[in-house]
Amino acid sequence: MTFTFKVNGKSTTVDVPADMPLLWVLRDVLDLKGTKYGCGIGQCGACTVHVKGTPTRSCRTPVQRVQGSEITTIEGLSSDGSHPVQRAWEAVDVPQCGYCQAGQIMSAAALLARNPNPSDADIDTAMNGNLCRCGTYLRIREAIHRAAAMPATDANAANRTGRSDKN
Amino acid sequence: MDTKTPVDRRQFLRVSALAGGGVLLATYIEPVANAGARLAGAPKTAADFQPNAFIRITPDGSITIIAKNPELGQGVKTMLPMIIADELDADWSKVTIEQAPLDTTKFQRQFAGGSTATPTNWMPMRKVGAAARAVLVSAAAQTWNVPESELTTSASTVIHQASNRKASYGELSAKASTITPPDMETVKLKDPKEFTIIGKGMPGVDNHRIVTGKPLFGIDVTVPGMRYAVFEKAPVFAAKVKSSNLDEIRKEPGVKNAFVVDGGQQLQGLLGGVAIVADSWWAAQSARAKLKVVWDEHPTSSQSSASFDAQAAELSKKTPMRSLRKDGNVDAAFKGSGAKVVEARYFYPFISHAPLEPQNCTAHFKDGKLEIWSQSQTPESGRALCAQTLGLKDTDITIHLVRGGGGFGRRLNNDYMVEAAWIAKEVGVPVKLLWTREDDMQHDFYRPAGYHYLKGAVDSSGKLVAWRNHFVSFGDPERMAAPAQPNTPLPFAPSAGIGATEFPARFIPNFALDASVMPLGVPTGALRAPGSNGIAFATQSFIDELAAAAGKDPLQFRLDILSNTPITQDPGPAGAPPGFEATRMRGVLELVRDKSGWGKTTLPKGTGMGVAFHFSHRGYFAEVVQATVAKDGSVKVDKVWVAGDVGSQIINPLNAENQVQGAVLDGIGEALGQEITIENGKTTQSNFNAFPLLRLRQVPPVEVSFKITDNPPTGLGEPALPPVVPALCSAIYAVTGKRVRSLPLSKQDLKWA
Repeated sequence: MTFTFKVNGKSTTVDVPADMPLLWVLRDVLDLKGTKYGCGIGQCGACTVHVKGTPTRSCRTPVQRVQGSEITTIEGLSSDGSHPVQRAWEAVDVPQCGYCQAGQIMSAAALLARNPNPSDADIDTAMNGNLCRCGTYLRIREAIHRAAAMPATDANAANRTGRSDKN
Repeated sequence: MDTKTPVDRRQFLRVSALAGGGVLLATYIEPVANAGARLAGAPKTAADFQPNAFIRITPDGSITIIAKNPELGQGVKTMLPMIIADELDADWSKVTIEQAPLDTTKFQRQFAGGSTATPTNWMPMRKVGAAARAVLVSAAAQTWNVPESELTTSASTVIHQASNRKASYGELSAKASTITPPDMETVKLKDPKEFTIIGKGMPGVDNHRIVTGKPLFGIDVTVPGMRYAVFEKAPVFAAKVKSSNLDEIRKEPGVKNAFVVDGGQQLQGLLGGVAIVADSWWAAQSARAKLKVVWDEHPTSSQSSASFDAQAAELSKKTPMRSLRKDGNVDAAFKGSGAKVVEARYFYPFISHAPLEPQNCTAHFKDGKLEIWSQSQTPESGRALCAQTLGLKDTDITIHLVRGGGGFGRRLNNDYMVEAAWIAKEVGVPVKLLWTREDDMQHDFYRPAGYHYLKGAVDSSGKLVAWRNHFVSFGDPERMAAPAQPNTPLPFAPSAGIGATEFPARFIPNFALDASVMPLGVPTGALRAPGSNGIAFATQSFIDELAAAAGKDPLQFRLDILSNTPITQDPGPAGAPPGFEATRMRGVLELVRDKSGWGKTTLPKGTGMGVAFHFSHRGYFAEVVQATVAKDGSVKVDKVWVAGDVGSQIINPLNAENQVQGAVLDGIGEALGQEITIENGKTTQSNFNAFPLLRLRQVPPVEVSFKITDNPPTGLGEPALPPVVPALCSAIYAVTGKRVRSLPLSKQDLKWA
């Protein structure tokens, strides 16, 4: 069956089974590998994307349910990593393994979009569905506060030192 | 040194012995002329300076440094290159880091485990950087015709202060490429006071790629023409396929192949199951939903957690199978006048590693050669396993190291790698094998459960005088009960052993450590701080019980024990490493006492503090937990203070803090709710709804302090974890008066009035 929806601003049509989760359409059909598989039952949040601006577990979302929707993935949050949440994540050095972080960032971005100045309790509530097995939680809290304090757009990417090239 | 004198090649290829570590540099340094086309995937040009397998500097000034070890979140891909870059005096902001492939000829040991990267690579990586810097200095000295002693370096530049001349490393690369690097043994290293990169907090080098969602992990690997595989194994470990509906599965949409893998009985190797290969993972997984397999009977199908508990109780009443250590006379001490004797049984369950990225591996078998992309923590062992199972030579196998979404010891085993290799050989096209979360949790190498039957005594003055531990674990009972064989590892199941120097051994006059084991058909293996993550809970909690019996402050009681002169006898047949240094442990205990305000803080009713320490993986850690227990028994951790001693240098403080906080939160998560149970030979839990990881709402502040001591730097991935579990349990005791002798906490009744 064919389904049409917008991914990161681009209209996209895919021919896949109706029950195929959005996660696997994104990863294996559209080659957007930033969204991760962690549990398949909506328990870990690694697969979080925005559907019409709402943080959504793509592993539990059949593709037929997003027909005509606007979807944003980590790749579409900004073109260059300049979204305040992404910059804050780098500035605070949040990641350890990094596997959960795309999902964390998508949940955090959605939180800040509806609550620009969240308290710790607001953060805990909004982010409680995103597991970090490495335990970077303290820096996740810090980075969300940092992002909240940043101007929404800033041409200067976060100050980084050192970067990897290939892998 | 005069680098114009030709150096005997064999001389600088020789092994460099290392203080405290024992790794070597040997072939890190390759003959310059042969070293081309090895770095950055691009051919070396004559003007590139490539003094060894780790560094390349090109005339445009770009510097590439190789990260040798697998990266799974522990931060080595940043930390090891930092060490090289500092001795090289490179401008870190302009350095490009590249992950090495598996090549133990060039990079020696490429391994992620045991918190070993720091202690075994600290000196070799410094020498790698320093040797390259020495050549660049020689190049400048020759170019300007000045003595090397007048030159300094800074931020990828050689400087001649006297004539106000400067040359970038890029400008010097062509000249440097003609100069033979100095002997690694004698190369001059920096005084630590001169470090400019080591000791500075450097963000992870992959951070930008992580936050922008670039393909980076094993699960993201894509190879042209690749297909996707799932693999269904028997719920009872190592049971074989008797029959299945393969004919039906082959007709499912997108399915290209479906076949039985016979497999063996070695739990670390290839096990039997059904492989389904399709043109998408979802197609393979959808077909799998219709798969019907009848499994053969298997001898381990009757084992269960309940039967382990019952066997342990029986064994505890019998004469232990093996004595692992005996000092003084515990029985006499228990009967001593005025002795207060305490007895307790401690238990901790099996738990799963549950790295967030489920096991996966991409493999391509073509013309007798195997190419693999893997996040293995032990790629060299994985290569050996694949070679043995598929009948290949090591040299037929190429392994690319890919970033792993967590390891925690799970990826020390290479079962997923040999499965992918086998399937790839069968189908002849590139294949990505991806496990489901359920596969991952039900086919782990679990942290083994453990039972400690403890008896201790304090004398009338409150001094700890006797300790006996009958440790009941898993392994080979027949061999354990047989006389000890010299130089033979004890017959414990993987990661289910105990060391004869484990605290409080050596610090009390009457001490006995005995062991009995029961057979096990469940795969076990190292989980972050293996052994220690359970043993610390049992031993430190029991120390707390004895402190209470003695009427002593639990922290001071520990300091007092650590002030006893250690017995330094042969550790015995357990082959344990020499015991830790008591002064260093006292140092971190005193530091955490001061940082936490131990004994000086008035806490509200319902809130208490607990303390514990543990030595593991060369690291000294003491921790205080403050927790609040509600009347209904629900536990909230309010704060954790950590004091650690890992030597003279915290190489990357930014990551060090992250690792320590992560280890502490990991331990809290394990204690609160994690347990794997076995029924009818199978794992009961299969996903995060039944095996809860710590969530943000449960996360307390974790304050980390390091005590800098004059000792070689050691690792941080693991040693911060063990103390937090007993410290939390003792905080709960402080509130409720209830001793937690069994984990997880979610199963204990902690109600109090």
